[in-house]
Amino acid sequence: MSAPHPLAPEQRAVAPRDLAGLLASLLLVAAPHALRMPWWLTLLVLGLYAWRTRIALERSAPPSPWLVLGLALLAVAAVYLEYRTLFGRTSGIVLLVLFSGLKLAEMRTHRDAAVVAFLCYFLVMTNLLYTQSIPTALLMALALLVVTGTLVGLAAPQRPAAANLRSAGLLLAHAAPAALILFLLFPRVQGPLWGLPQDAYSGLTGLSDTMTPGALSQLAQSDAIAFRAEFEGEPPPPRERYWRGPVLWDFDGRTWRMGPGWLQRFEAPQGGGRYDYTVTLEPHNRTWLFALESVARLPVRARYTNDGMVVAFSPVRSRLRYDAASLARTEPAPFEHPDSLRRALALPESGNARARALAADWRRPAQSDLQVLQRAVEFFRDSRLGYTLEPPLLGRDTVDEFLFDTREGFCEHFASAFVFLMRAAGVPARVVTGYQGGEVNYVDRIISVRQSDAHAWAEVHLAGRGWVRVDPTAAAVPGRVDAGMARAVRAGDPVPLLMRPQLEWLRGLRSNWEALAHRWNVWVLGYGAERQRDLMSRIGMRDADWRKLTAAMAAILGAFTLVLLVWSLRRLARPDPVQRAWQAFCRKLGAHGVARAPHEGPRDYAERAAARLPGAAASIRAIAALYIGARYGRAPAPARAAELARRVRELQLA
Amino acid sequence: MIRALLGDARLRDWFYGYRAPERGAITLGQRRVYIVPARLGWFYGATLGILLIGSINYALQLGFALTFLLAGLGLVGMVHTTRNLARLTLSAGRAEPVFAGEAAQFRLYLDNRARYDRPAILVRHQASGAQMVLDLAPGAVAEAVLAVPAVRRGWLPLTRVMLETRFPLGLFRAWSYIEPEARCLVYPRPERAPLPAPTPDADAGAARAQALGSDDFSGLRAYQPQDSPRHVAWKAVARSDDMLTKQFAGAAGIELWLDWQRLAPGLDTEQRLSRLAGWVLAAEQGGARYGLRLPALAIAPDRGDAHRAACLQALALYGTA
Repeated sequence: MSAPHPLAPEQRAVAPRDLAGLLASLLLVAAPHALRMPWWLTLLVLGLYAWRTRIALERSAPPSPWLVLGLALLAVAAVYLEYRTLFGRTSGIVLLVLFSGLKLAEMRTHRDAAVVAFLCYFLVMTNLLYTQSIPTALLMALALLVVTGTLVGLAAPQRPAAANLRSAGLLLAHAAPAALILFLLFPRVQGPLWGLPQDAYSGLTGLSDTMTPGALSQLAQSDAIAFRAEFEGEPPPPRERYWRGPVLWDFDGRTWRMGPGWLQRFEAPQGGGRYDYTVTLEPHNRTWLFALESVARLPVRARYTNDGMVVAFSPVRSRLRYDAASLARTEPAPFEHPDSLRRALALPESGNARARALAADWRRPAQSDLQVLQRAVEFFRDSRLGYTLEPPLLGRDTVDEFLFDTREGFCEHFASAFVFLMRAAGVPARVVTGYQGGEVNYVDRIISVRQSDAHAWAEVHLAGRGWVRVDPTAAAVPGRVDAGMARAVRAGDPVPLLMRPQLEWLRGLRSNWEALAHRWNVWVLGYGAERQRDLMSRIGMRDADWRKLTAAMAAILGAFTLVLLVWSLRRLARPDPVQRAWQAFCRKLGAHGVARAPHEGPRDYAERAAARLPGAAASIRAIAALYIGARYGRAPAPARAAELARRVRELQLA
Repeated sequence: MIRALLGDARLRDWFYGYRAPERGAITLGQRRVYIVPARLGWFYGATLGILLIGSINYALQLGFALTFLLAGLGLVGMVHTTRNLARLTLSAGRAEPVFAGEAAQFRLYLDNRARYDRPAILVRHQASGAQMVLDLAPGAVAEAVLAVPAVRRGWLPLTRVMLETRFPLGLFRAWSYIEPEARCLVYPRPERAPLPAPTPDADAGAARAQALGSDDFSGLRAYQPQDSPRHVAWKAVARSDDMLTKQFAGAAGIELWLDWQRLAPGLDTEQRLSRLAGWVLAAEQGGARYGLRLPALAIAPDRGDAHRAACLQALALYGTA
């Protein structure tokens, strides 16, 4: 092996190999951040790496602490300039990336290098704040291997890098069971320990509590998953999958708003066509939950509003799993609070004169609200309005312009116009937003509902019937609810890539991938306090509180360490080949009546044996000499051990 | 308080299970390997703490996974660090005699009988701080040479040696103390002094002195009144105040007695031994046959490496039990 070195590894200077390892580690952990950073900050970080590389190549001194301090202040200023804050999530992480580059540039000692490696571990964590997807996990696992290999390299500078990387792999493999024990048993605490930065949840998308023309068509261009639903038994057909979300009451001529609602005791409706299902909702930073119409069983820890929304106690900021049940057909529930009915008829003072005139035309001959409704549905069915993801911009009279001028829109245009017409005709109506449809994954039978399934429809209050769902988009464009948005919109619209009908094979691939991702989400990322309690009760630990969990964790972890220790001892317990050969020799002679006395040294023993077995005397003496040489010689050589073993094996005792 | 306690040598001996010097091969048992977190280990622990708090705060399940994987890594690293040292077999080799003022080269053989390699093992001599870092291949034996300064003549025992490793992660420091039975003979520091004249000694016979040849110049010695003026090294005299006589070797048969009694009376024991050691070297180099006479010991004239070693050993051990 390598030559002895006079200095302990931690006393040596940072070698070029260590620097290469650190650079590789930093590049791996900083690369995902680079995609989120402005280009000039990325360049700055790369510049720091290049600077250090040059210092190493030229064997010049690292920068002085004052220069580094100056640069650090400059970095702080740069980050402030870009983000206008230092304490946000993104700005804090960018600052950390910059500081790790600075630390790399100025590192001198072995300990500095180790600190850079620890910073890399830290940066791995910061990546997980943005995404915890499987690809990220794999990339970060690779980063862990490289960082750990670098750390091993710092402790064993003369060992080949490949051996160090192997050691890192072995260590991580050994650490994995311990990590699993800790992951399963470490008591989970609910909620943040302190307030999170303002921008902590800024990346979350989904439906909003308002609706303006163009809002939904924007959202629908994303094929990000909104939630997934697993049905017990067959799921309902696509045209019945109306996932109810925010209910919008108030209209100012352009924007629909939720307005003040109130919580209401939930009374399960009567009816038929029950579906039981579990929803895994992606975080959207809002309180409402999505459920099929009409809800028959509320999820635990959820409440019900007067307009039939299911809401959580706090905004959904991490993936949430809940069970619910819905009925396809319900008994009429005609009662509605008069205030609500008044709100469901309110319109702006003026505007959209043509629509108001149309509504008045419908009202005049009608004998009931139902007839008005029928006229309206017929109007939408026959008016040949276009369905598009790129609706033309609308001016002041949004309803008039959509119905009579541009005649093209997305579902929010249809819903908005429909509810406006209803109210103008004196029929109480409201806008409901949510998702419609969803795609069944043929791998795991789970329905994925995407942002591109975002939808808006109307609910109309009819005397004796209560609130009735009416989907003006479905009336105008029946394909929307039967075949999905992508097939219903105009050719050439910016449909999300994977929603396009012609990419069937790619969707098959995606189905497999998403089935895996869903399991990952549920079992790994969704392993919170609740799931932990479930799992513990399933394996027989009732009411697992933190004391029980900690005790179990300590016990199992201790047992694991013990097993590992025994394992390492087992690998050590093998006697050396010289001793093994000698013991075989003693056994062989013992079988011929010359057992070795405990006090007898090898030389005396050999002489006695040679005297007793004169036929093999020469071999016996030679073996003893070899043994003495190998055992007590200045430097016992492995070759001599092999020779000894061979001689003992070949020893013939007549 | 703790530091003071730890500093106490007797307490430390008790804690580390002081053993008398051990003979033969020493295998480091699990119980002899001590392990504590290194300074980096504390840094690492602090990093883990922050990661854990972050994971809890953001309810980050992969963050938990990362934190726990790193915690497991620390735990496993501890076992691996112990493993890197435990069951290592050591034996001390012979240390060649040296002169006082030189460094004794103690050899330790580190025998790795395991199937895995043991990288970065630090061997340090506690008293002198002499150290060396070795990488041991699986099944290999490596030699550590500890250069321990030899100050005084006599036997120099190899005292306590520390073996230390921080492999694989540098987070823990495992160490063990051993004290193999090994010693090095330290000859007196030789004084470069001119050889004495071969004296007409009653026992050895004066005639031998005449046998000193005059054909091959071999060195200088102090002037004796009976020396021929032809042999006085006048050039050397010009450079120094001493009268020096050129000595010629050629006759192999010269016999010289290096005698304690004939040294100047003002010298103390160590100075005498140094002078005598210097003479032994000079005489051996000059090719003369020489004998050594000490107050209680006499070595008959002879020459060669064995004779030289015997004379120097007698000087080294003079008066030490």
